[in-house]
Amino acid sequence: MLSALRTLWNVFLHMFRKRVTVQYPEQKPYLAPRWRGRIILSRDPDGGERCVACYLCAVACPVDCIALQATEDQTGRRYPEFFRINFSRCIFCGYCEEACPTYAIQLTPDFEMAEYERQNLVYEKEDLLIDGPGKYPGYNFWRVAGVKIGGKDKGEAQNETAPVDLHTLLP
Amino acid sequence: MSTVYIENRPHQMNEKQNLLEGCLSAGMNLPYFCWHPALGSVGACRQCAVKQFKDESDTHGRIVMACMTPAANGTRISIDDPEAVEFRRAVVEGLMLNHPHDCPVCDEGGECHLQDMTVMTGHAYRRATFEKRTFRNQYLGPFVNHEMNRCIQCYRCVRFYREYAGGGDLNAFSLRDIVYFGRERDGVLESEFAGNLVEVCPTGVFTDATHKRHYTRKWDLQFGPSVCIHCGLGCNTSVAERYGTVRRIVNRYHRAINGYFLCDRGRYGYEFVNSSQRIRQPRLRGRLVPAEAALGYLRLLAGGSVMGIGSPRASLESNFALRKLVGPEHFYAGIPSSEASVLALMLKILRTSTARTPTLHEIEEADALFILGEDVSNTAPRMALSARQSTRQQPMQGLERLHIPLWLDHPVREAVQNARGPLFVATPFATRLDGIATRAIRGAPDDLARLGFAVAHAINGSAPSEGVVDGTAEIAEALQRAHRPVVISGASLRNAALVQAAANIARARPGAALALIAPECNSLGLALLDAAPLEGALATHAETLIILENDLYRRAPEEVADKFLSRFHHIVVLDSLENATTRHAELLLPAATFAEGDGTFVSSEGRAQRALQAFVPPEAIAESWRWLGEWKSLDEAVAALAADIPALAAITSASPPASFREAGQKIPREPARYSGRTAKLAQISVHEPKPPDDPDTPLAFSMEGSPNQPPPAVTPFFWSPGWNSYQAINKFQEEIAGPLRGGDSGVRLFEPAARGNGYFPGAPRRFEPKPNEWLIVPIHHIFGSEELSRHAPGVAELAPQPYVALNPRDAEAFGAEVFCLGQRVRVRLAPEAPSGVVGVPADIPPFLGFDLPMRAEIRRAE
Ligand code: SF4
Ligand code: SF4
Ligand code: SF4
Ligand code: SF4
Ligand code: FES
Repeated sequence: MLSALRTLWNVFLHMFRKRVTVQYPEQKPYLAPRWRGRIILSRDPDGGERCVACYLCAVACPVDCIALQATEDQTGRRYPEFFRINFSRCIFCGYCEEACPTYAIQLTPDFEMAEYERQNLVYEKEDLLIDGPGKYPGYNFWRVAGVKIGGKDKGEAQNETAPVDLHTLLP
Repeated sequence: MSTVYIENRPHQMNEKQNLLEGCLSAGMNLPYFCWHPALGSVGACRQCAVKQFKDESDTHGRIVMACMTPAANGTRISIDDPEAVEFRRAVVEGLMLNHPHDCPVCDEGGECHLQDMTVMTGHAYRRATFEKRTFRNQYLGPFVNHEMNRCIQCYRCVRFYREYAGGGDLNAFSLRDIVYFGRERDGVLESEFAGNLVEVCPTGVFTDATHKRHYTRKWDLQFGPSVCIHCGLGCNTSVAERYGTVRRIVNRYHRAINGYFLCDRGRYGYEFVNSSQRIRQPRLRGRLVPAEAALGYLRLLAGGSVMGIGSPRASLESNFALRKLVGPEHFYAGIPSSEASVLALMLKILRTSTARTPTLHEIEEADALFILGEDVSNTAPRMALSARQSTRQQPMQGLERLHIPLWLDHPVREAVQNARGPLFVATPFATRLDGIATRAIRGAPDDLARLGFAVAHAINGSAPSEGVVDGTAEIAEALQRAHRPVVISGASLRNAALVQAAANIARARPGAALALIAPECNSLGLALLDAAPLEGALATHAETLIILENDLYRRAPEEVADKFLSRFHHIVVLDSLENATTRHAELLLPAATFAEGDGTFVSSEGRAQRALQAFVPPEAIAESWRWLGEWKSLDEAVAALAADIPALAAITSASPPASFREAGQKIPREPARYSGRTAKLAQISVHEPKPPDDPDTPLAFSMEGSPNQPPPAVTPFFWSPGWNSYQAINKFQEEIAGPLRGGDSGVRLFEPAARGNGYFPGAPRRFEPKPNEWLIVPIHHIFGSEELSRHAPGVAELAPQPYVALNPRDAEAFGAEVFCLGQRVRVRLAPEAPSGVVGVPADIPPFLGFDLPMRAEIRRAE
């Protein structure tokens, strides 16, 4: 008897609490920046495609829903020829983002991806690539890496000395 | 065997090995860089440090390099000793000081020995803040990519390239702590074994340049255990596929054959599989037809009068299927009689000789070699690498007395110096082995055969001989003095006397081994089917002609082939690439290559080996035996073949049957971390297809299956936890550099006969140059002479332009260009060439279809 009354009292008190239900979709909920939703591919601060087609996100993915193919431009800069995520399989675990050495692949606070056709959940690079750097504004992998690409010669990466002149080594 | 205590627990080790080899053989993880099982130890990288203790009571111990310490009985070591662990970690940290931040864009990543060793030693974070020194890269040709920043100065590359493979143009250039590994200037690496740098280098300095163009990580590749089809040696390879195209070939260790190394034709010839010239759909009179319609038409034609032409580059099963379809009496070998007769002779010798046909490993261990008439570097390239090692055997024989273990590379080289064991090369033109030969002898093929006969006679007086030939005594003596002499000859000059001479030597010198080189991957298998040569077919007639994977325009002169083909109402051609013959096909069927199909091949050694497919092609492509035969599976085809041809009965055991299961499961063709399963075909349909079944082999087109080590014949790739690079091979061997667990795969069809045949009588007559009737002999080229690999862009790039090789004295009569065999070509001076003999590049356009060697005139081009 007493416990029933206490329950009634508690329920009554809830009428004065702050409401948590939001009127979605008219009202959008707050999602933290690190919320794990729709996956995007970002660009580096210079506007270049960030993904270097290293396949690490693909191998980290527990449901194997990322497939890509690496290719290179004439200057040796590597990028994905195609990059596909099958969102009908994706479990939004964020392992791909964790594995990515270039901050290219990022999960975003957006979950509005529902489709009537499952086939429409297959996203290609055009659907994934955004125009900015996403959550990580500063980083450009190519400025750190040792390979030469267009606009960055050997020895011009961070913390590098000028390349050794082979002639100084010849007898 | 010796007992070595590791962490106070006894382990059995081979006392002829060092501690590193012993520890790895015992299944331990011990990092290393500079040691290589085929190159020995130099103790340069300091990575394999362990603690050694004097005896049980010694608690102090001292750090030693495992690779420099013999696995002597009673040795006590610790791998886990904290000081040793810290030492190894510090070494890797040192190696990483200048290492670029490249892994994501490095082709070695995911199969990088440096990555593996770094993880193994526990060095995880870069503390150094100094600047990194950098290098510029070099262009090294179409096969090997250079990224010098990643070097850790282990010196493996130059040790392999210079000391093991005899190359001269790759070097270490150093000043203080700056060492550059490369060429003096940009340019194509000269060695035909340069591709092995990709596997020898533990980092991403040298990587596969062809793979780079369609790059895929090792974990994403689907592998097939295959056998190289680009020459007669049958090296074992792993074929790697992704998204329906072949991405690369890697070495598949076979102790008795290729060991750790392949030749560049074998490694890079694969690109023909992806060629735009591939035949992918059946075509009837030029129009694409469904497979069922094509098959129906084939059956209809086969009901009438048919004749079949087989091929030395098609599998046993495919040749047998054709033979069965058309009947043995209408089945022809598809090679000219000049070649078929030499092959038949070789087969007879293999069956009746008392001499053993050596494996490549046995050639490596031979202490005297006599190469008679074969330019081994170009006709059986991997054998040349073995021959090179054999020249070290005799100088190394005294080392045991000096207490120098053979794995201790520098002392061995110091003791050996430039001494070389006997190697005699007798060929019409210069070869790459001349530089290390005791003596290189030049002569016309018949004169070389005379030399061979004379050597046999000098060894044993009852062997026939005619006259004295220069060099005889020296060769005879060397072969007699050696413990394990090997005589090498083959069919490339299509000269029966050469092969007979080699057989006579092997008979005269009991204990000598006899290696006979067959020209193509299944030449010997075809010879075992006992078919009449091409000339037989030219002389007969039928309504329908079925040609199996054979371009007749490479086997007969153009006019002859044209005339022959015009005689048939119906021509059915099965092949993988378009060629001059496929143009004549009424019905053209797409044949699978080694990458997409299963089949058995007999190597020069007489070893039947099975090449198993890596992937299922999307189109109607199928093995020729599947088009021609009525069998439901490979096992059925093999069983029918074994039942029909007693000489080939043993091939059933060349690899385990399809019913074989490892721990109750199939063997996965894909690594456990194969990625993209649910996305790679999602653009076509989001509903993933079921992986294809494989009713033919115990392998599965899947990442699922037994995690155990499969039998060697069906091991698609080498991987072991913590060992992602090719070095994982350590975990698959019985002991380091020993056979794979499960033994050497394949079946040897011939073992030495107990009694043996007699001597072949009579040497040929001396070669007489005749005025304006030149003897035209083929000069084989590793890049270009083989039909299929020529379709790989890199191989085509390195193939020679047509030429005519002439002795300068003979050339005086001509200008810079001559007409030879109806072609206008430039003259290449060959100072070594015998007078009256002319060399043309073998099987390189326009010199196709000529029955070389032949006598012909050459004319001055005006
Ligand atoms: S991990 Fe990052 S850089 Fe690598 S392939 Fe994926 S998105 Fe591209
Ligand atoms: S060599 Fe190995 S460690 Fe170095 S960048 Fe390449 S993958 Fe990374
Ligand atoms: S290039 Fe490779 S093999 Fe050669 S020294 Fe450097 S790391 Fe070693
Ligand atoms: S030697 Fe012959 S079988 Fe071996 S890899 Fe080279 S071409 Fe292939
Ligand atoms: S492997 Fe022993 S010192 Fe290099």
